Amino acid sequence: MVDTSKVATSNTTTAATAKKPSRAGAIATWADERLGLASMAKKNLRKVFPDHWSFMLGEIALWSFVVLLLTGVFLTLWFTPSMGEVTYHGSYEQLRGIHMSEAYASSLKLSFDVRGGLLMRQMHHWAAMLFIASMMVHLLRVFFTGAYRKPRELNWVIGSLLLLLGTLEGFTGYSLPDDLLSGTGVRAADGFVKATPVVGTYMSFFLFDGEFPGEAIIPRLYTIHVLLIPGLLLALIAAHMLLLVYHKHTQWPGPGRTEKNVVGFPMLPVYAAKAGGFFFIVFGVTALMGAVLSINPVWKYGPYDPSKVTAGSQPDWYMGWPDGALRIMPGIESHFWGVTLSWNVLLPILVLPMLMFTILLLLPFIDAWITGDKREHHLLERPRNAPTRTATMVALMTMYGLFWAAGGNDIIAIRLHASINQITYFLRAAVFIGPVIAFVITRRWCISLQRKDNDDLLHGYETGIIMRSAEGGYSEKHLPLAPSRAYTLTARDRDPVPNGHHEEVDANGLPGPAKGRFTGLRNRIRTVWYADNVQKPTPEELAAGHHHAEHEHELQSPMDGHAADGHQFDGHHLVEDENLRSH
Amino acid sequence: MSTPPTNDDHAHDEPVDENLPARDDLFANPGLPEHHWRPTDVDPKAEKRAERQVATLFGLSAVCTILLIVSYFAFEIGEDPDVIGGFGASNLTIGLSMAGMLLFIGIGIIQWARKLMADQEIVEYRHPAASSEEDRQATLAALNAGLEESGIGRRPLVRNSLLGALGLLGLPAVVMLRDLGPTPHQVGPDKKIDYPGAGIEHTIWAKGMRVVRDVVGTPIKPSDLEIGDLVNAEPEALFNGGEDGEPLEGVVLQINKSKGAVVVVRMEPDDIIPGKGRENWSVDGIVCYSKICTHVGCPISLYERTTHHLLCPCHQSTFDLADSAKVVFGPAARALPQLPLEVDSEGYLVAQAPFDEPVGPSFWERG
Repeated sequence: MVDTSKVATSNTTTAATAKKPSRAGAIATWADERLGLASMAKKNLRKVFPDHWSFMLGEIALWSFVVLLLTGVFLTLWFTPSMGEVTYHGSYEQLRGIHMSEAYASSLKLSFDVRGGLLMRQMHHWAAMLFIASMMVHLLRVFFTGAYRKPRELNWVIGSLLLLLGTLEGFTGYSLPDDLLSGTGVRAADGFVKATPVVGTYMSFFLFDGEFPGEAIIPRLYTIHVLLIPGLLLALIAAHMLLLVYHKHTQWPGPGRTEKNVVGFPMLPVYAAKAGGFFFIVFGVTALMGAVLSINPVWKYGPYDPSKVTAGSQPDWYMGWPDGALRIMPGIESHFWGVTLSWNVLLPILVLPMLMFTILLLLPFIDAWITGDKREHHLLERPRNAPTRTATMVALMTMYGLFWAAGGNDIIAIRLHASINQITYFLRAAVFIGPVIAFVITRRWCISLQRKDNDDLLHGYETGIIMRSAEGGYSEKHLPLAPSRAYTLTARDRDPVPNGHHEEVDANGLPGPAKGRFTGLRNRIRTVWYADNVQKPTPEELAAGHHHAEHEHELQSPMDGHAADGHQFDGHHLVEDENLRSH
Repeated sequence: MSTPPTNDDHAHDEPVDENLPARDDLFANPGLPEHHWRPTDVDPKAEKRAERQVATLFGLSAVCTILLIVSYFAFEIGEDPDVIGGFGASNLTIGLSMAGMLLFIGIGIIQWARKLMADQEIVEYRHPAASSEEDRQATLAALNAGLEESGIGRRPLVRNSLLGALGLLGLPAVVMLRDLGPTPHQVGPDKKIDYPGAGIEHTIWAKGMRVVRDVVGTPIKPSDLEIGDLVNAEPEALFNGGEDGEPLEGVVLQINKSKGAVVVVRMEPDDIIPGKGRENWSVDGIVCYSKICTHVGCPISLYERTTHHLLCPCHQSTFDLADSAKVVFGPAARALPQLPLEVDSEGYLVAQAPFDEPVGPSFWERG
């Protein structure tokens, strides 16, 4: 197996050459005789995990979830999920003697009268932000590199559900302290529920056990927050991990790395050590944030009072985009047959997020339907090599970002001394126009990068050496790419024939029967999907390019070995003793 | 070029997809790059140095753990803790030592992995996600045998009645949540659940009820208000509406605060554009509106006296208080309900009548 002849002796002398069964071996034997784990562990202990910085993003999400569980358990020991009214007598002087709910009073107690309580509260909140942010960035990584393609579509669906549940978990969590800000959020949520057609008021009365605010919502949110959603999250995370292990991780193409293998470090010891060490780093960074970065200082907001509100009320950032949609939606309401339909709440809060989420869930299936690609994919694609896919996500991100900005339209107005009305009118149009512009720019940008790759392959890379010919003309010297680089750049699939009609042609070359109602539509979309994409060079183009390069190289051959041969920068020979100017 | 070490020698053949061009390699696969030994692999000094680094990092973690326990007991917490740089000393020292305790372990382990553990990449072959054709056939056969023996295909009566019974199981899951709360029709005046101000279409406001300042509960005389003033007010019943004139408490108080809160503003009487039928709802240029936004129910608080505009801080709906609180901007669709005012025999502002429409956000049955 691995050549460990020179590996640090501290590793090899003890473990590998142990003479009698070690203690670890004895424990493993004991366990195997009862659990029979050896046949499964045999494969997995040395399971290979490829290395790349972007594969760490999902790990941040996983470990911040563990931090959430640990800090969350600590918080439950003191937090009282009750809306019963008490008078505050704790350490925070400004609120002493004030009536408040037990939930709020116990949040103050955690912040001021339990040592480490404020730290745990802040770590819990920061870990929640980290959890959701890293899930989002991980999702983008998976999408931009095409890692969601067959056979990993179901893991994409599980991941999307995790993001949705994580968001709900965040909302139920920051509603628990029952401070003025969170109470305002719950009240807005009541408004959303009431806007639901037909059953809205019933749902509101069931949720709050009568009229808002009632006495039931905090205990109910608490059960959802500490039991229901964490249970679902745990189960889905387990499924996510199991599928990851079963499919084996994707990898970037490169020398020795193909669709059929996976190259990397074994689970034991390197990957286990790196991932385990990374857990401590995520945990430690969260502790650092909890120590020095204040978050959600509930004592400053005061207890919830339904007749009060603070200016600049804003939900946590991940709830910002539906809130932004709510802000810029025109106030439209329909009244007919004695009922009311509040489009101004219904569309931005109930329809839009569900629509966006459904699109997110379906992305892998939409992609497979458009491309007709039924192969397994284990090599990642560079974003530039799927221009339309990349542009689609950038358009969605742009829309998200603009909605998110709309969620802070009051803050933008104050900071920029601009009119909130004009900002709102601008954003109403921008959420539709912005994604289109972003789509076009991204797509063309990707295609330009594809062209650049082909230029490098066919004509070599730019050395930065300017040549002057005998006639006095100037040109830049190009040199061929290193073999490993050229292999990596071309380790990608060619796109199907862009007109998309090839599959409808039968054996005689005649159009076959239409395969389904949407085949025509699909082919039109497919044409647009691949239009203008640049394919990697054909062998003929490559040969022609090399021929041209050889000719050029011949002309420049007298330079070889001299400083100006252009090899200073690609490591072909050392440059320490050379001085370009002296030649 | 070294042959990569492998865990497994069974490569699989890729299924052919006739829809797509075949995968082609333009260049021969150069194979895995040669492995380079690290200084720690070949230089015993470097190896020892790395070993010491890792052990030092673990040692630093242990020091931080001790520091954590010391700072837990050493620093007071409470509202006025010993402050270091504006942070609570307890929070800061416990947090920083906890960060050190964890980070040093993490960095140490990763340093160990990078410098001392084998760093040669190994290769594993992939298998298709699907099972082998043989397994699939065997599973199908087992499934068919099982289904055949159960007779589920041959006995539609059993199958369909079971499916029906199972389908019905979903109903209790919904029905048994019924007692989460009363329906909107069970709460209100003379309904099953009644309390002061009960019901989604009602508030506690009644004819002749005084408009009092919030928090303190003092009544308001028109002469108390200057032009341009805005007063946050509540129905007097919040302060004396309970049994024997006791202040309301607990849930009933919270519900009524969430529905009964109003704003009282005074403006030049000539600035007011009275709505139809609302000509006598103001007193000397004083008007009163529900404070609860008709969008999603935030209490509205930002008043611009020159324009008479009231802005909701949640989603920026803006209402013109001089013009029946109609929406002039933002996502709200309806004007704020207006409370008709008059003065009682003692000269205090009172409601002429309760609100003539439900306050707060829209709902289906609102009409």
